Amino acid sequence: MRFGKVAMTFFVCLGLLAGVGTFTFGYGKGASYLSNNPETCINCHVMQDHMDSWQQSSHHHVAVCNDCHLPHDFVGKWVTKADNGFFHSLAFTMGGYKDPIQIKPRNQRVTQSTCISCHKDFVHPLLPAIAGHDMLSCVHCHADVGHAGR
Amino acid sequence: MTTSDNRSRSLGWLALLTGTVAATTFGVVAILVNIFERKQEARTPFVRVVEVDEVSTDPKPWGLNFPQQYEDYLKTVDDEYTDYGGNHALPPSKLEEYPWLKRLFAGYAFSIEYREARGHAHMLADQEVTRRVTEVQQAGACLHCHASIIPTYRRIGMEQLGQEVTAAKLAESFNQEAVMAGFKAVSQQTYEEVHAELEKTPDGVVEAAAGDPHLGNAHPVSCIDCHDPKTMALRVTRPGFLIGIDKLANSDDPVPHLPSIAKWRKAGSKGTYDPNTDATRQELRSFVCGQCHVEYYCANKMTLTFPWSNGLKVEDLEAEWDSTTFPSENADETGEPFYDYVHKETGTKVYKAQHPEFELWSQGIHARAGVSCADCHMPYEKVGATKVSSHWVRSPMTNINKACQTCHKVSEQEIKDRVDLIQHRTSDLIDRAAAAVTEMFDAIIAAREAGASDEQLKPIRDLQRKAMWRLDFIASENSKGFHASQESARILAESIDYSRQAIAGCYQLESEPAAEPAKGDAS
Repeated sequence: MRFGKVAMTFFVCLGLLAGVGTFTFGYGKGASYLSNNPETCINCHVMQDHMDSWQQSSHHHVAVCNDCHLPHDFVGKWVTKADNGFFHSLAFTMGGYKDPIQIKPRNQRVTQSTCISCHKDFVHPLLPAIAGHDMLSCVHCHADVGHAGR
Repeated sequence: MTTSDNRSRSLGWLALLTGTVAATTFGVVAILVNIFERKQEARTPFVRVVEVDEVSTDPKPWGLNFPQQYEDYLKTVDDEYTDYGGNHALPPSKLEEYPWLKRLFAGYAFSIEYREARGHAHMLADQEVTRRVTEVQQAGACLHCHASIIPTYRRIGMEQLGQEVTAAKLAESFNQEAVMAGFKAVSQQTYEEVHAELEKTPDGVVEAAAGDPHLGNAHPVSCIDCHDPKTMALRVTRPGFLIGIDKLANSDDPVPHLPSIAKWRKAGSKGTYDPNTDATRQELRSFVCGQCHVEYYCANKMTLTFPWSNGLKVEDLEAEWDSTTFPSENADETGEPFYDYVHKETGTKVYKAQHPEFELWSQGIHARAGVSCADCHMPYEKVGATKVSSHWVRSPMTNINKACQTCHKVSEQEIKDRVDLIQHRTSDLIDRAAAAVTEMFDAIIAAREAGASDEQLKPIRDLQRKAMWRLDFIASENSKGFHASQESARILAESIDYSRQAIAGCYQLESEPAAEPAKGDAS
């Protein structure tokens, strides 16, 4: 099979894209986003304070970022990771996000569900009788468990 | 289908694919560059490119080292206007907005022109053109706060102390002894005289031309007024504050919001309380503001004075003024009792509250919780990967996210509503106190016209002074009660009470049997 000059040029460009793309993925520590490592969250330095305060917190022996900020079921975890991954990158690239950073209602619900996921045997008398019914947010009072001294 | 048709179709496809690949490559490279830039941000951001020293009153060279802070500082010229205070390009006249202020300040320069304040970078220029300064002879003491004046104090002080004065010697160290001596030496001079002295001090930028007495330019408060040029550490430079805070430390006023004073007292109150060695960094983040945002006496009958001998509450300050007498020309006599101005409508000698932000903040919940002035007015922000304290000093209401939401995790609207509620309530109380004060003026004028003697009016004048002092204390304080809402309400309630007592006193005079001719000494 023979290609014309135009097609050859195109494939060279495609190769360049593949190369630059792979480099960018590596340089941007793309693979780390598939892991559970808390260091990943400070790839973008905006999260440095959150990392520092987590290290002071009572939970840092037992829980990393993902344990509190991603749902514990497989689908929920990866959907949330994709959702947050996209919007965090967008915010960090374009700038203009709130500072101090504010948690979105969706992520607040995620955090609440992960608190309960680990502590449900202990707190079940406090849980709402009707599924999805209103209840106090755990971190409203226990604000320091994940990020001490903020 | 012909071959040429086929060829042009595949060329079309190829063009489309090429476009897609080009666009994707463009995007990927853009992201790559962005990631690179963000990684660069995370590196050390501060490079000292020029030296600044103790005469660098011009903020420009500091700006080369600290571009972010300098740019913020320059923004203080055009702040937004908030419902209560804040800044404005052409600041609105308070006298037009609140006509009662004209009567309150009758006989005082503030009745001529009184506008909303603009930011730090404009404060000297604004002072030079206000009709309070152009139409009335003002004291040089005003420049204690409006100008970057410390090197001038040092130069004059060094001359007085017989030290050699050269630009190099001036730049060498802070030399507090000389600064204090210079401060005292110019305290009785006029505004124009002290302003001329400012321009005889080198500012680190302007080079003197042969025969020109001006070595530098006059600058508004700038970097050097709060920072040590060698270490960039926060520091207090103003002699008025250094003397005042020492008086406060030596009082027995409880100051739970200033732990270093409590510590200093506990250690036996030895020597002088020096904020630059004794205070914590968090305290200094309020003290640097308290160098100027306070109540003071600023005219030429005595040195600029912060009245903190008894404490920081409104009655503590009042008690100091009550017990102060002006220095007498004749050393054997006690001088005339202290007053700021003679109220023109009623002839009463009264006090003028300046802008006691530091004092009112001291009574509030934020101070008690360890929140400094800078925490709300210069909140930390991230610029790139660096955390800096914003030098765009302004109303927290124009910056709720950074100023309030670091601690208060509720919506911006909820925060704004709470602040509005406090400020509206205070404002309504101010209106009531103002109505009471103006009725009191009418009652005293009427009593004088009906023939009341100065002796009969003495207790009424005392009430008048107290009522005016309290109203002015809150009306001229720049937070409309927010710095300490309950305290503001208490002070305004007292003002209303004193005004009404004075009015009742006037009525009693009128109902007394026709003014008896004064019998000897009825005092």
